[in-house]
Amino acid sequence: MNQEALQRVPTTMRVVDAPRASDAVPRGVEIRGLTKEFAGGYIYRNFDLDLRDGEFVSIFGPNGCGKSTLINVISGLMPMDGGAVMFKGKPIAETKLSYVFQNYRDALFPWMRALGNIQYPLKLLGLDKKTRDRRVEALLAEFDIRIDLHRYPYELSGGQQQTISILRALITDPEILFLDEPFSALDYEMTLFMRERLQHVFMKRRNTMIFVSHDLEEAVQLADRVLLLTRPPTRVAEMVPVDLPWPRDAKSLSNAEFVAIKSHCLDVFSREVGRGP
Amino acid sequence: MRASADIGLKRLRGASWLGRVQPAVGPLLLLAIWWLAALTGLLNTRLIPGPGPTFATTWQALVHGTMSHDLARTLMRVLYAFAIAAGFGVPLGILIGANERVYRSVEFLIDFFRSTPSTALFPLFMLMFGLGEESKVGLAAFAAFLIIVFNVAYGVLNARKTRILAARSMGASRLRIFGDVIFLETLPQTFVGLRAGVSIALVVVVVAEMFIGGTDGMGHRIIEDQYSYNLKDMYGSLLVSGAVGYGLNYMFLLIERYFVHWAGR
Ligand SMILES: Nc1ncnc2c1ncn2[C@@H]1O[C@H](COP(=O)(O)OP(=O)(O)OP(=O)(O)O)[C@@H](O)[C@H]1O
Ligand SMILES: [Mg+2]
Repeated sequence: MNQEALQRVPTTMRVVDAPRASDAVPRGVEIRGLTKEFAGGYIYRNFDLDLRDGEFVSIFGPNGCGKSTLINVISGLMPMDGGAVMFKGKPIAETKLSYVFQNYRDALFPWMRALGNIQYPLKLLGLDKKTRDRRVEALLAEFDIRIDLHRYPYELSGGQQQTISILRALITDPEILFLDEPFSALDYEMTLFMRERLQHVFMKRRNTMIFVSHDLEEAVQLADRVLLLTRPPTRVAEMVPVDLPWPRDAKSLSNAEFVAIKSHCLDVFSREVGRGP
Repeated sequence: MRASADIGLKRLRGASWLGRVQPAVGPLLLLAIWWLAALTGLLNTRLIPGPGPTFATTWQALVHGTMSHDLARTLMRVLYAFAIAAGFGVPLGILIGANERVYRSVEFLIDFFRSTPSTALFPLFMLMFGLGEESKVGLAAFAAFLIIVFNVAYGVLNARKTRILAARSMGASRLRIFGDVIFLETLPQTFVGLRAGVSIALVVVVVAEMFIGGTDGMGHRIIEDQYSYNLKDMYGSLLVSGAVGYGLNYMFLLIERYFVHWAGR
């Protein structure tokens, strides 16, 4: 081995080996050396990030900082230009994951009834109708949802439609659930209701949740940790832990600790945005 | 094209009693003017017979004469042409639209032939297929095919990406995405193409019957009527052909409304 090669080895070792097997925290999502470039320049350059298995992470940051890009790349919806993403030590491609889109109108299939939409992922898995029906029944029982599933999506309210897309995402019992501003097209009342629903899901399933929000209060409320991002090329501004008990109802939003965390996040955010591009 | 479809759908949904009667006002008015003009001698009834004799002759020809035979022949040709056009046009349109680069490279070709008057291709088709059915049906199929391909490809290319991403995130294969998402996503635009296609097929078949040798069909009948100065039958044939065109379009609107109930919602 020549000199140059020897020098390169430790770098590679660091990239692959960073989270040690002896870590107390079980391995969750490991992002290493993520690089993503658009025509306008680098959004991510050698970006590293660790998320724990079974934690609820909110992503918050200025417009265009790459929140959607991050979860699209992690979930494999968008190719990356460099780097690797692993979950529990396996490539993310081998992970059962689901994705909830911001725009439920464009994400649900309007030619299928609500039931058909929810069952579609199971159909892709090749499950027969009886099994599919049973799975849907179990899911509905779990969440106590009263929506007429024989209606078409366009016959349902916005909140009901987004509920259907969340059910569709949950039916496969995913290990990771990605949500990109899922409530931003809903009115306030519906948003409050959906936050409550989502916490309910999380407390039952304890799967990893990666949740993008442009609403700081919501980001703090629905998180074990809030990931604050900078402007591009994007780095982690801070990872803010939210050590409050679940569920966080409307009352807990005025709790002193909650308010303190929120205002700390706001400080970090303002500092990062104020820094300018 | 989209706009006319919307107007058509709105008409189908027409609710009030007045709303239902209104569409009949125009045709009745035209009929009244025609009738009055013939009655008062304003119209040279040797060139344009009045509505009464025209309808009487048409009825006779349809029930006891050969018009129903001609009509059936024309319809058969249109349906054959349309079936061929749709059978090839829809899959090909999906394939072309699926890949932007393919679409860009054939866009001009499709647009060019689409803009070329199909009737200008008569001699070519006669050379290739002779004077029989193949020529007439082939030319009509070709014209309808271009319109269908263009609309379907355009629809696929502009299909909203979110549903495709959603299906992909659930692990759907490319083939599944085509069948379950893109095909249905494109269906509204496909129907625009199918409707335009069936209309153009009728036009081309009727004109082809006039000029490509044959012994039957509405086009053939109309031109024969003109030669033999059988004007009442000629106008009747015109009206019947118009009614067929309208009926086909309307039928497609109904099918569309049934299958694409979600469009625009
Ligand atoms: N397909 C694309 N082509 C080119 N540039 C893109 C593309 N997608 C995203 N970008 C750019 O990458 C940057 C990050 O986009 P992204 O959508 O990830 O931001 P975001 O943080 O989700 O923003 P928002 O808060 O508005 O949702 C933006 O500047 C955007 O212009
Ligand atoms: Mg975004």
